[in-house]
Amino acid sequence: MTTPSTILAESSNRSVLERMHAWAVTVDHKKLGVMYILCGLVFFVIAGLEATLMRIQLIVPLNDVLTPQGFNQMFTMHGTTMVFLVGMPILLGAGNYLLPLMIGARDMAFPRLNAFGFWLFLFGGILLYFSWIGADGLYGSGGAPDVGWFAYSPLTSRTFSRGNSTDYWILGIMVSGFGSMTTAINFLATILCMRCPGMTMMRLPLLAWMMLVVAVLVLTAIPVLTAAQVMLLFDRTLGAHFFDPQQQGSAVLWQHLFWFFGHPEVYILILPPFGFISEIVPVFSRKVIFGYALMVAATVGIGFISLGVWAHHMFVVGLPPWLNALFAASTFLISVPTGIKIFNWLGTMWGGRIRFSTPMLFATGFLGMFIVGGLTGIMLAVVPLTHQLSDSYFVVGHFHFVLFGGTVFAIFAAIFYWYPKVTGRLMNERQGVWAFWILLLGFNLVFLPMHISGMLGMPRRIYTYQPGRGFEIWNLISTIGVPVQILGVGLIVWNMIRSLSRGAIAGNDPWDAWTLEWSTPSPPPEHNFDRIPTCTSARPLWDRKNPTDPDEHVE
Amino acid sequence: MRSGHGIRWVVFWLLACVILFQCPAVAGEAALCAPGDTASIAPTVVQPSIFHPLSPPARQIESLAWLVMGICAGIFVIVEGLLVFSIVRFRRRSMESGEPVQLYGSNPIELAWTVVPLLIVFTLGLVTIRVIRDVERETPPEGALEVICIGHQWWWEYRYENPLSPQGEIVVANELHVPVGRPVWLRLESADVIHSWWVPSLAGKMDVVPNKTNHVWFVAEEPGLYLGQCAEYCGNQHAGMLLRVNATSPEEFDQWLSHQASKPVDEPAVAAGKSIFLELACSTCHTVAGVSDGAFAPDLTHLMSRATIASGVSPLNRQTLRSWIDDPQNMKPGCNMPSLKLTTDELDDVTAFLCTLK
Amino acid sequence: MSSLSTHQEIWQPSRGKVGMAALIGMECFFFSGFIVAYLYYIGASAHGPFPRDVLEVKPVIVNSVALLSSSWTVVAAVRALNTGRVGSMGFWLLITVLLGTFFIWGTLAEWRTLIYDKGLTISTNLFGSTFFALIGFHAFHVCLGLMALSTVWVLGVLGQLKPSRDAMRLELISWYWHFVDVVWIFVFTTVYIVGMRP
Repeated sequence: MTTPSTILAESSNRSVLERMHAWAVTVDHKKLGVMYILCGLVFFVIAGLEATLMRIQLIVPLNDVLTPQGFNQMFTMHGTTMVFLVGMPILLGAGNYLLPLMIGARDMAFPRLNAFGFWLFLFGGILLYFSWIGADGLYGSGGAPDVGWFAYSPLTSRTFSRGNSTDYWILGIMVSGFGSMTTAINFLATILCMRCPGMTMMRLPLLAWMMLVVAVLVLTAIPVLTAAQVMLLFDRTLGAHFFDPQQQGSAVLWQHLFWFFGHPEVYILILPPFGFISEIVPVFSRKVIFGYALMVAATVGIGFISLGVWAHHMFVVGLPPWLNALFAASTFLISVPTGIKIFNWLGTMWGGRIRFSTPMLFATGFLGMFIVGGLTGIMLAVVPLTHQLSDSYFVVGHFHFVLFGGTVFAIFAAIFYWYPKVTGRLMNERQGVWAFWILLLGFNLVFLPMHISGMLGMPRRIYTYQPGRGFEIWNLISTIGVPVQILGVGLIVWNMIRSLSRGAIAGNDPWDAWTLEWSTPSPPPEHNFDRIPTCTSARPLWDRKNPTDPDEHVE
Repeated sequence: MRSGHGIRWVVFWLLACVILFQCPAVAGEAALCAPGDTASIAPTVVQPSIFHPLSPPARQIESLAWLVMGICAGIFVIVEGLLVFSIVRFRRRSMESGEPVQLYGSNPIELAWTVVPLLIVFTLGLVTIRVIRDVERETPPEGALEVICIGHQWWWEYRYENPLSPQGEIVVANELHVPVGRPVWLRLESADVIHSWWVPSLAGKMDVVPNKTNHVWFVAEEPGLYLGQCAEYCGNQHAGMLLRVNATSPEEFDQWLSHQASKPVDEPAVAAGKSIFLELACSTCHTVAGVSDGAFAPDLTHLMSRATIASGVSPLNRQTLRSWIDDPQNMKPGCNMPSLKLTTDELDDVTAFLCTLK
Repeated sequence: MSSLSTHQEIWQPSRGKVGMAALIGMECFFFSGFIVAYLYYIGASAHGPFPRDVLEVKPVIVNSVALLSSSWTVVAAVRALNTGRVGSMGFWLLITVLLGTFFIWGTLAEWRTLIYDKGLTISTNLFGSTFFALIGFHAFHVCLGLMALSTVWVLGVLGQLKPSRDAMRLELISWYWHFVDVVWIFVFTTVYIVGMRP
């Protein structure tokens, strides 16, 4: 009586059309979460292809695989896609899937709003990509947007960006932004109002805490981006002058508004991974998280400070020196709670009995890479140094260490960790280990050399470079790393697909973990829990498994 | 197989350390050893690198960079070391069973790793503020040569005040000339979108923002040709917006200046080319002193005194000039100069005319 | 150690309230973008008309009084539904909707004068761009509130409201309406007080 318990098999007696219809009209947070993540992964592959084309163009100086405009479209679409259509949906999707399970709820607070948010995101993404076909406009200069993901004015004005591509950029991001905001409202209401009996705020799983702060950041940052985009849209379509220097409009105002969104956005993309790591590291170290309360405080601290660091993206715009100093100070300050987190994870590993299953492997990879990204971040907070390094490949290297070595590694850790919960089957361990080492190698091949070419004076976003400036070798190495990375990602995708039918049956709790989602079958039934669980501490399952040594109450 | 991870981590970490610490050294070396342009009158070419400073602000930033990198390297070694140590030391061994001791936290330890980083970043903050004061000047240095730099899509315009010239100023394109040893105060303005002026060996970059005036200053310490390029994405040909700064002895600089102030040669032999230049669209955008008065494109009065064309994308000689006029989109795709579809004869005439503009 | 006493029911806010509060917080940041842009560009227009030439404060004050007093009437409506008096609620809601409509009508009248008589449009200058965007988005939000309130009113008239079920819902809508009023105080201060100074 062992029915294959995979996510697809649950309704195997229905036709394909019926099953697709069930997914399309679902308001179940688990199905929505899975759809978020799958769509995010599809966009991840697309953005990866865009990046690959860029790296091919840059393999030798004065290459002409891509036209200048083609290259500019590639980095615009790559950046926009990775931030809005890969990072956000995968992380929000993971939150969607996990939050109700982790806090012992039957669903999100507003299930229909939840579905609405997902479809907004998806159609926003499709709208952005439709620009390849639809942006031809009246001027015949069509194709995808080519203004960069931060779309600095006045390059985005009608004078310098003809056709409709920039309008597609505005509308696509705005629509998917509305989706993110509805999801954030849902997260807040779910975490604050739907907890199971006994789950006080200080017993919340850390991932839930991080998601709570992320939700607040989404609700503070994205509306400001939307406002700025509305202004830009008015400029482009109604002839307003918000960012029009000819009419005394300011190019700098856009940057203030954009980065007021843009920097919290970085924390929106890194806090959920912090949450994944905070769940995975304790389970595989077999130790409780070190300093739960300080972790919570650091998360909230990061949330607050992240709203006051935006102008460190503008150190070379010519702001007054005192303002630069102020933003340097706040940027230094935010590195402290981030450092606390790293030390707390190390403190958790310290004295543990660490099992290096793939989730933990990716989690340690995250730690190792994120530390580098964090330290180069500190270097970039040093204003005069940023005078040299800003807008150079050093910055590209820096934020890929944060967002790829950090966020993406953590996402893969999370995929390996929760895949058995979602599908009922474990992913292949051996392939996972291979994928990890290949990916780690490929990642460093691609992104470490960028620090050097940046210090040698190579600006970012150039479609080609002059020979003889010392950039050649570093670009060559970067491009060589690309196929290695593709191999690593491909292995993981293959592993995900194959394990769906071939993976070992996972059971409720394959990792011997401690949070509530592991107390229900894998995959969980539609109503999540037959009986709403109760919670005795921050690690309810630990208490059940170790009745003689229950979790200390941290309140 | 499990224990293999520890060893792999150690190897990986050592490699990473070696690579990271090699970065700056390699970067500095590369700038020094890079082969120069092989132009006929070859000045020393200073390839861009932040580790090869030849000007006070760049020098100050370099020494700051070493300090900051030193501190970061220290933190890197300690933290990654702790990570690798934990991985190796605390991995589960097969004979162990049961759960390890649960440690929920420790106030003194947590306080320590809050306060120590605070102290480190406080120190860094102080250092930063001190250097900001020196690098970000709000007034020109004493005795500075003041030059206006205007960023265009996708070329640079420089304006020198000069009483010798009839207009009271000299306008040149793309190649900045400065005297060695004298401070230069560049006033940065933009004609269209945001650009950024970045010659790493001279100074940190500064954005060139429309409707806003920024400044950058430097003192070229050695004669040479300093290279850089636009560092803020400005559209199609952002990559083709190269920077060249010629630092020469004050005498040579004065000579250059008075030459630029002089009227262009009026050569009757090229009258045919001149009339084509005037009749076709050329003269609406390009200025040739005394001949035409366009404002959208580089001033051509002393075109042939420059070493490059198309904002440094190609060396300048009769051949490259001819092919540039024939179809600029070929050499610099997406640039704002159209191909005028000249016949071969017209092309030769215009090229001949422009070649007289020495 | 971990006794059953730790299973105690924990206090949690209502999800409706949290949801609406979050929505309002989000809207605050949306408006702050436009208010910042307005403040940033005070006095920056390259040419006229300037605020002091064309804006008339007196009619706007009448408007503001109407809008702000509708916050009181909506409270009365909520109170009526809480105590089960659907008829009384309908009366107060109608007053609220009328006051809000008066505000919108006043804004339209102001815009008509500005556009047709004084030649200020969104594309005239920076003042026009920031003014119409800020005032327009506020008016748009008033309209959203009016739609919600009049829906409740219609439901009340049709006898579709159950006080026990719907009192909380109306209260949440009234939160939104209060928010629209409070934003107006900021918008008014920005446009008609700070922005008018020479």
